[in-house]
Amino acid sequence: MKEVKKQGGLNAEIQSRIGHQLRAMYDDVVRQGVPDRFAELIRKLDGPEAAAELAKKDGGE
Amino acid sequence: MPLTDSLRDDILASVPSLRAFAISLSGNGDRADDLVQETLLRAIANIDSFQPGSNLPAWLFTILRNLFRSDYRKRRREVEDAEGNYAKTLKTQPAQNAHLEFEEFRTALDKLPQDQREALILVGASGFSYEDAAAICGCAVGTIKSRVNRARSKLSALLYVDGAEDFGPDNTVRAVIGGNGG
Repeated sequence: MKEVKKQGGLNAEIQSRIGHQLRAMYDDVVRQGVPDRFAELIRKLDGPEAAAELAKKDGGE
Repeated sequence: MPLTDSLRDDILASVPSLRAFAISLSGNGDRADDLVQETLLRAIANIDSFQPGSNLPAWLFTILRNLFRSDYRKRRREVEDAEGNYAKTLKTQPAQNAHLEFEEFRTALDKLPQDQREALILVGASGFSYEDAAAICGCAVGTIKSRVNRARSKLSALLYVDGAEDFGPDNTVRAVIGGNGG
């Protein structure tokens, strides 16, 4: 009787489709680049102390 | 190492993939961006502990992943609600074909255990080596490999094999003529 392969024989075509979809989903976000808020955040931080201050405020409550 | 301009640029260059990783993990854009912001603050606050010449993206991904983990534990109860809302926003989208396929994939990905999902994303989408992914997740290389394999087979079962079983008429016909032994 012909049966749909369940385990083991994960066929190559399905695997490449999964890989393709995974990267498409991921790259869709990567292509959005750097949102302004992050560019500004990194630009305005002078160093570790400033970042630690902000982190404290953010995670404060 | 001190926060030099070139280190700043390198951190900034990692932001797009950090966001993609965060969204893949959390399935929620707003939460993902909060996670990225927190990661950047932590990274810069602890920049002295970054080893010059080591893998900056892997270091940043490790911070983000650990934050997500502790955040996830903290917010376990809120998560159900957040996921419910996420599902709702998906359902109100117009059902374009490509979009539908994307939703199905996203839904299947969300069904994976967290360990497997992060391993698959790190290796299959972020492009990290098994070794880097193991370092990011704090586990053995063999563990990452088996998580990735299990993630792949589970996704293929969710997306493709289950679908193939939906060919109901075939089964019905087989049941009716069954017993004759073909």
